[in-house]
Amino acid sequence: MSTAVVVFPGTNCERDVVHALNSLGGDAEVVWHRETDLSAFNGVVLPGGFAHGDYLRTGAIARFSPVMVEVERMAAEGLPVLGICNGFQVLCEAGLLPGALIANRDLTFICRFVDLEVVDNQSILTRSAEVGQRIRIPLNSYEGNWVDPGKIGRIVLRYVDDPNGSQQGAAAVANDRGNVVGVMPHPERGVDEVLGSVDGRILLEGFLHSLVPA
Amino acid sequence: MTTDTRPLHQRLGMTDDEHDSVLGLLGRNPRPAELAMYSVMWSEHCSYKSSRAHLRRFPTEAPWVVVGPGENAGVVDIGDGWLAALRIESHNHPSFVEPYQGAATGVGGILRDVFTMGARPIALWDQIRFGPLDDSRNRYLFKGVVSGIAGYGNAVGVPTVGGEIEFDPCYSGNPLVNVMCLGILRREQLVLGTAGPPNTVAVLLGRATGRDGIGGASVLASASFDDESQEKRPSVQVGDPFEEKKLIEACLELYERGLVEGVQDLGAAGLSCATSEPAGRAGVGLDVDLDAVHVRETGMTAPELLMSESQERMMAFVPPHLVDDVLAIATRWEIDSAVVGTVRAGATLTVSHGGEIVAEVPAASLADDAPIYDRPMRRPDWLDALWVTPPRNLDGDPADVLVRLIDDPALGSTAWVHEQYDHMLFLNTVVGPGSDGSLIRIRGTEKGLAVSTDGNGRLCQLDPRGGSSRLVYEAALNVAVTGARPLAVVDNLNFGNPEKPEVMWQFKESVEGISAACEALGIPVVGGNVSFYNETDGIDIHPTPVVGLLGLADPMPGTPPRLSRAEEGMEIWEIGPEPTGNLSGSAAQRVMNGELTGKPTSPDPDAARRVVALAADLAHRVPVLHDISDGGLAIAVAEMCIASQIGAAITESENGRLFSEDPHRLIVVMKPGAIDLPRDFSRKVGTVGGDAIHLGGSDPVEIQALTETFESAIPRRMAG
Repeated sequence: MSTAVVVFPGTNCERDVVHALNSLGGDAEVVWHRETDLSAFNGVVLPGGFAHGDYLRTGAIARFSPVMVEVERMAAEGLPVLGICNGFQVLCEAGLLPGALIANRDLTFICRFVDLEVVDNQSILTRSAEVGQRIRIPLNSYEGNWVDPGKIGRIVLRYVDDPNGSQQGAAAVANDRGNVVGVMPHPERGVDEVLGSVDGRILLEGFLHSLVPA
Repeated sequence: MTTDTRPLHQRLGMTDDEHDSVLGLLGRNPRPAELAMYSVMWSEHCSYKSSRAHLRRFPTEAPWVVVGPGENAGVVDIGDGWLAALRIESHNHPSFVEPYQGAATGVGGILRDVFTMGARPIALWDQIRFGPLDDSRNRYLFKGVVSGIAGYGNAVGVPTVGGEIEFDPCYSGNPLVNVMCLGILRREQLVLGTAGPPNTVAVLLGRATGRDGIGGASVLASASFDDESQEKRPSVQVGDPFEEKKLIEACLELYERGLVEGVQDLGAAGLSCATSEPAGRAGVGLDVDLDAVHVRETGMTAPELLMSESQERMMAFVPPHLVDDVLAIATRWEIDSAVVGTVRAGATLTVSHGGEIVAEVPAASLADDAPIYDRPMRRPDWLDALWVTPPRNLDGDPADVLVRLIDDPALGSTAWVHEQYDHMLFLNTVVGPGSDGSLIRIRGTEKGLAVSTDGNGRLCQLDPRGGSSRLVYEAALNVAVTGARPLAVVDNLNFGNPEKPEVMWQFKESVEGISAACEALGIPVVGGNVSFYNETDGIDIHPTPVVGLLGLADPMPGTPPRLSRAEEGMEIWEIGPEPTGNLSGSAAQRVMNGELTGKPTSPDPDAARRVVALAADLAHRVPVLHDISDGGLAIAVAEMCIASQIGAAITESENGRLFSEDPHRLIVVMKPGAIDLPRDFSRKVGTVGGDAIHLGGSDPVEIQALTETFESAIPRRMAG
């Protein structure tokens, strides 16, 4: 069962995500944003980076990339769709997740490890974790501050000490079905002990376990 | 805008003698476009005309050197078919005029130097220096430069994994912004900046050319500052990291598929450089059609097109039958491209514009025939007076000195800076910012590449030769504590006005010092950069050479030493020569007494070699290994205690002994009796434990409070 990792011009975490998923037994490969057929894949990841330069609003152009038609189809079919960092922003812009991501509270880029708490494990990202479990992985964003005026988003991961002003401390948000998840910190940066944490594994394993035969 | 009535060559920053040289070379009056090209190519920034004679002193050879100085980046062999490419550059003047774009385009430029060689850039280091943060202008520059590095580096997708920060009044009018880049490549992907044989096609890739950065190399980077410098803002380029990211990926695909003869980036001197240098290196001529260049402004003149330093552009030299493949790759990566020239037999660079020939010059003359100046040198007469004035004693309790030092922005936590940089991308940063040296793993191998960048303007002001040697030795020790052995050096030589004999003397001494240390360690200099004219209103900066040293750990330690790995009951040992207690040039002298006097302790090549070899070995066996540098033994211990959140008791109580920065020393922390250290080269100085630092019999310094001071050293000043 394979995973498509989408590359928009300006995406930069695609190879890290492929490495992390495949090191956990996954079968992930990168696909270009002009791809119009993802039927060979059982799930999709929109990785981090700066899609189309993010010179407009983050993700505002990426949501119109040709590949997004297929991402929307997969989301509607209940297949696992994961957006990490910039990918989270794209999913919000595409309307596949509620809310939007705005500049961090202190108006600076933040790159450091953060502690998270699992608050809901009914999602493709958190299904292998226990509610209440602590997870430590790196955050790496300028626009990581999630706001949801309608208060309809399902928060699945929360910051223990909110670094960026996110509403209710949200670090990861799911749709109702739990098959579409956006996460602001980077689980793929937490899979190797020598880099400081392996807590990202339980999240990516949840994603891999969610892949079902097409 | 003032009306300038001087002759064209003077307005372009050329002297009358240089103009005469061009006249002699061409045997006729140069056309405006030709003058434009010579003015930028013969600028100090591009031609190294004041420094070239001295740079020949550097040792540049070793069996593992693949490409030495003179190309876009140095390249060394790291085994098993892998090569490493490295380069360091300054963007001092642009950053003073416009800190965000100045720093950002510095990052963009250094990346292009490295991926021009066929390498994928894997990490960046920034060395930045400013005046004191109590001045709002310095805070503005510091904030702008850090934002510019973050804004460009994060978006282009190359991690910034380390660097250094220094504050001194001498940088108030002239901040220093240096940046180093490391890339890796397979041997078969190496590409050089050559134009190839006749009929090879020159394809300009990337961003459209505009009027930005015109004269950046000549009128901006090669001149001193005064009150009117702000008017030079239009000479600063504007960066676009998104274009650069696409350009990197497109170029790497060109190399992978073997579609190019050579590649040259467009940096300083723009098209002038990217046409003349590759043709000169290949010993061929080149026809260039400026009408084919894709532009984003109308009505650009030939000199403007030739001098523009618009960013994110590369010149690829492509065999004729592969041009369509190259253009197709450019289209796929959504970058612009244009066929702008053809290589010809002979040696003439011919440039046409509007259907007319606007330049016709010997291609190699632009790079090779630049004047070489043997500028007068004189040892400053103030130096002896400084040397015979020993530092005043440090009065006061060691605990108080420790707290004062840890609150200094140059010694406190760098988190305010490095947390704004993506330092983790690519999943290779094994040892990252806030450590002595960085360690970057190469996945799929056992290898790790270690880098340390070191500068110390105060030390080099007091002793340019000895101080410069000490930088190399310190960088070597910093990579050794990650388990790596030194491999090669790049240097960025930041100095004042070379027309002053004292500055040229400092420069020559510094080159001598770096060379001597490299020879003692058996490592080559594979590249570098010179930045002169770092003076404002007649005041020169301290001589500030910055050394970037690459080391190879093969294999990499499974669990590298980290400052955070100290535990209750471990012993603290000091390795290296017995220190003299000399405080000359030290952070303690600066912070406590506000002076810069005395003669710093001279380096000892034998001790340097011994401590580096010992550290590279111990790195595989001990939990903590930490270089003793700024702030001396006491600060080295404090940094470890803060990272590990545990106290320590140090038996030493004398301030000179605790805060001296005498070279070639490090601390080892390990369980009692874990390893036998050489008795003649080591001594136990304390133990780990408790929740406070005890320096001799002085009052304990609580770790919790010290941590707060450490972490707020920069933020609390920036909030002001």
